[in-house]
Amino acid sequence: MVTAVTSFGRSGTSDWLVQRVSGVILLAYFLFIAWVVLSGVDYVSWKALFAQTWVRVFSLMALLSLAAHAWIGLWAVVTDYLTERMMGTTGNVLRISSQLAIALVLFVYVVWGVQVLWGY
Amino acid sequence: MLQVSIYRYNPETDQQPYMQEFQFDTEGKDLMVLDVLEQIKAQDSSVTYRRSCREGVCGSDGLNINGKNGLACITPLSATVKNNKLVVRPLPGLPVIRDLVVDMSMFYAQYEKIQPYLQNNTPAPAIERLQSPEDRAKLDGLYECILCACCSTSCPSFWWNPDRFIGPAGLLQAYRFLADSRDTATDERLSRLDDPFSVFRCHGIQNCVNVCPKGLNPTRAIGHIRTMLLTRAT
Ligand code: SF4
Ligand code: SF4
Ligand code: FES
Repeated sequence: MVTAVTSFGRSGTSDWLVQRVSGVILLAYFLFIAWVVLSGVDYVSWKALFAQTWVRVFSLMALLSLAAHAWIGLWAVVTDYLTERMMGTTGNVLRISSQLAIALVLFVYVVWGVQVLWGY
Repeated sequence: MLQVSIYRYNPETDQQPYMQEFQFDTEGKDLMVLDVLEQIKAQDSSVTYRRSCREGVCGSDGLNINGKNGLACITPLSATVKNNKLVVRPLPGLPVIRDLVVDMSMFYAQYEKIQPYLQNNTPAPAIERLQSPEDRAKLDGLYECILCACCSTSCPSFWWNPDRFIGPAGLLQAYRFLADSRDTATDERLSRLDDPFSVFRCHGIQNCVNVCPKGLNPTRAIGHIRTMLLTRAT
């Protein structure tokens, strides 16, 4: 039963799994960055760190996880509160426009992130 | 004197629902909330609510009592009254028909969706379909549900999406049939629950567990369904 064409994977089970896996990746990435920052960085070591391919791949993985995680989470929020049931047709208009805005922002972040990671 | 405050709404005469105050003399007895309602109804017969068994088996008097859902007939005043006040409202999130009576159609529609009956496509044996004591034990904590709706109407996810989220009561029964060794429709049942709303709107808030008057645990059953869905899908 597909009741949600705008959901991430069209299946609750897959959305749930993606949400958990992306959560773990994000946690690992932020712990890694926190560890790097806390052990002291300057421009040179930071640039050297991100010159390594594995750091770029890990960062891209975190970036994609962030986009998926944010989409699934915000999708659940807008389909709870911005609905026809809650506020009539306004709900539909608000929901679809927020989904568009969220998708646009996340897309820009991903493309921009790739440019930052591989552009320097 | 106990201060009793009851939600009143008669769609034929009232523009708006309102709270009506009553002074009630318990004569020092620890009555059930339903006893208080009965005695108030004896004074003012227009006060409307549902009840039948008055002993916690029929599930018809689920009400919001001092902010918490429960069955009026088995909720003693001593368990709910603080500062001498008793506030009785209808179950939240469902349309009010009159006073404390709500329209349960949406709740039953979700129950209907999970096909709450045994399905078995093997030829019927000459005697009953037998079940080992161990398999039978898997239904404990599931079959006791009396469909009072206390859980589903305390669940925020059900408030926002009562048309698409099955809710704790329906999901507990969904698992009751998924767990039954005599049911052969497990796969079809799981397919119908895989969408992003039916099961996965549960965010583990556990309000349902907190209010169930039969002490059942819908959150745990939902966890089992999720595991079954994941196992099947991966
Ligand atoms: S699970 Fe408990 S609260 Fe929910 S409908 Fe059944 S008996 Fe009532
Ligand atoms: S645990 Fe799930 S079903 Fe129970 S109240 Fe919370 S969201 Fe609702
Ligand atoms: S009257 Fe039957 S459960 Fe309360």
